[in-house]
Amino acid sequence: MNKKRELLIEILVPIFAVLMALIFCDILILIYKESPYRVYKLLVEGTLLNPYGIGQVLFKTTPLIFSGLAVAFAFRSGLFNIGGEGQLYMGAFATAIAGMYMPSSVPFLIAVILCIFVGFMSGAVVGFIPGYLKARFGSHEVINTIMLNFIVLALINYLVVSYFKVPETLHTEEIVENARIMRLSAVMPFFKGSAVNLSFVIALVTCGIVYIILWKTKFGYELRAVGLNPSAAATAGINVKRTLISAMCISGGLAGMVGINYVMGYKYYFEEGFSSGLGFMGIAVALLGRNHPFGVILAAILFGILSQGGLVINAVVPKELVDILQAIVIICVVSSNSEVRRILSKSEK
Amino acid sequence: MADTVIELRNIVKRFGKVVANNGVNLSVRKGEIHAIVGENGAGKSTLMKILYGLYHPDCGEIILNGCKISRNTPQNAIKNGIGMVHQHFMLIPPLTVTENVILGIEPAKKGILDLAFAAKEIQSLSDKFNLKIDPSKKIEELSVGENQRVEIIKVLYRGAEILILDEPTAVLTPQEVKEFFGVIKNLVSQGKTVIIITHKLDEVMDISDRITVMKQGRTINTLDTAKTSPREIARIMVGRDVLLKVDKKPMETGNTILSVENLSVMKNASVHALKEISFQIKAGEILGIAGVEGNGQTELIEAIMGLNIEKIVSGKVSLMDMEMSKKSTKYRLKSGFSHIPEDRHKRGLVLEFSVRDNLILGRHNDFSASGFLQEKSINSYSETLINDFDIRPPDADVAAEGLSGGNQQKIIVAREFSRNFEFLLAAQPTRGVDIGAIEFIHRRIIAARDEGKAVLLVSAELSEILSLSDTIAVLYKGRIAKIFNASSTNENELGAFMTGAAS
Repeated sequence: MNKKRELLIEILVPIFAVLMALIFCDILILIYKESPYRVYKLLVEGTLLNPYGIGQVLFKTTPLIFSGLAVAFAFRSGLFNIGGEGQLYMGAFATAIAGMYMPSSVPFLIAVILCIFVGFMSGAVVGFIPGYLKARFGSHEVINTIMLNFIVLALINYLVVSYFKVPETLHTEEIVENARIMRLSAVMPFFKGSAVNLSFVIALVTCGIVYIILWKTKFGYELRAVGLNPSAAATAGINVKRTLISAMCISGGLAGMVGINYVMGYKYYFEEGFSSGLGFMGIAVALLGRNHPFGVILAAILFGILSQGGLVINAVVPKELVDILQAIVIICVVSSNSEVRRILSKSEK
Repeated sequence: MADTVIELRNIVKRFGKVVANNGVNLSVRKGEIHAIVGENGAGKSTLMKILYGLYHPDCGEIILNGCKISRNTPQNAIKNGIGMVHQHFMLIPPLTVTENVILGIEPAKKGILDLAFAAKEIQSLSDKFNLKIDPSKKIEELSVGENQRVEIIKVLYRGAEILILDEPTAVLTPQEVKEFFGVIKNLVSQGKTVIIITHKLDEVMDISDRITVMKQGRTINTLDTAKTSPREIARIMVGRDVLLKVDKKPMETGNTILSVENLSVMKNASVHALKEISFQIKAGEILGIAGVEGNGQTELIEAIMGLNIEKIVSGKVSLMDMEMSKKSTKYRLKSGFSHIPEDRHKRGLVLEFSVRDNLILGRHNDFSASGFLQEKSINSYSETLINDFDIRPPDADVAAEGLSGGNQQKIIVAREFSRNFEFLLAAQPTRGVDIGAIEFIHRRIIAARDEGKAVLLVSAELSEILSLSDTIAVLYKGRIAKIFNASSTNENELGAFMTGAAS
């Protein structure tokens, strides 16, 4: 009974939050002297009711799944990883470098796997630093991940501008042919014209793997125990420090995979400013997805819809409205947990 | 016959599908000490929270001085002269007694806090009821017993005529308990009424005028203390005869299993928590550590289990001649340590985890193969343990936080006894556990001893130490004050060493 109830709460909280956010948005749209109905109709038509829209939504969903997973994974170990932005920059940059220097004789599958691996490992290295500092000195990961964001972004900016850019641009050379992954439209003509590519499938598979790690393996068990009660975990003989460091490495690695979508599946190069806050959006995705890999998929799709929808409704209302909607959703998620519990316990009486 | 001040009629309270109170009837007379006893989960605390207005009953009536109370809230309860002293003190340590007492009802003159006036009032309350509290002292400077008396002053200051005390003696030493009973008698002699919730039967016999026994959400009976016996009460509570004294065979010791040599542990950079502690435990022996809480017990437990290696400055812990001092907790558990932690919420359980996940906590290595948890063997293992140890509800999927304290403790006991161990460290193994479960846990500990295991028992309950141990070491200010043979000492002698009165 207990478990079912918890599951119900896990599902109701995000729904409640989204509904609340929509109500707030209605008010904003009305203040803007537009009809909420018209705006939402436009938004839905532009994103979910045509193949190109759907493709674009999934394209925008893909990086959000990775960055959301990164935050959720760290959170399960009790750590708040705000360093997704730095980790994903490092990962994407490293992926691009690996792809550029990959000998063109390396076969397709191996080249792709190598590039993804390099991206993951580079993100993991950036994640390792705050993890190690936390375990060794107890310094707070929130501060350290934020600081690392500045350091990594500046470092990569310097590297790109000084050494790797194609003249007159802010991006690197293109990666080799064999390291590129295909657009979904190549096998599913339905998606013609949209940038959605195979990395969406990789993202879904990664969610499945994360789920298995967290709930089916000994490591995941230890990680969740550490996240919920580190003292009890230590008493049970679990090496808390090592678990925290591993969790941050994997979290950073997952963030490092964000770049796959852009670098390997879309533009085939790394470009300054390609992310524009995907790492921070990951926090919102993880929150809305209740730090569960499958919840992350749903939340990422929602944010994908909003992000694509913002472009569509730009014709009638400012697209900043969508930014506001996203922010309100997050505020509602954070504050609606206790509210949903209260309503639920009332209805049970 | 004295007047009835409180009457509860047919109180029912449900939480979801759980019925916490199921037709409770209670009448308390003015000026009496009325004890409410019952196993954990019998509904005592729920009932008191209803009386204090923290919960609202689903049906039933509360009648105070002949008037029915319709909408009971803590604010109203206080106005009606009902005060509650919680088991866990609600005091702010860096503030003075006066500041703590007036919190929420600060007396003010033209908007400016009038502390002097409050202090005078508190002093006069303390004098009137002989509570011996200095209002200008900070809470952190006071002993546990004094803290409790501050809680009582808090309630009296708000004009309480009826005091509800929830497990008041759980944290007190024998001497403090005596003193505390003096305070209660004093309150009653000046016209206050006291309702005391406890599961310590000897205390109930000492202090109360009448006893109401609760079981499974119902009030079973109200008895005159003078006309009953602990045995009778225990039988009503548990529903069968309970052994109040532990049966045990004379000790048959073997080789030394655990030895601690010259162990010194720092509390912080300059203060020792433990200083040059040495003792040995043989196979088949229970060594009890007696002492007032905070005299180094926690540090000793952590040092033995390898949880505070960075604080250990010298000394050795060995298991059967294997030096363990630098080994990890995991290694120790694997080598034959078993550990019932003193604080089950902090160290014993992951409350959000299911009962199943908690049953393998610390044993999860035994249930994994190539990195994956073996769900099948975990399931059958947890089913067996839930059955053998009668963990209720018998559902492995329920989160541990949904279980009563006694059943949570059973999860830990089940897990730790299922290990392959040579040495058991049982810290506060029966804290907050009901009589039936206490008997069960005690039997298990004795059985382990009889099988030739070495047991270190750390407990704040002197009676538990005395009835289980073969040898008793008193810990006082981080040193072992003296080691006794359990059969040749008694509560008073131990109490004197525990408080430093003897040395």
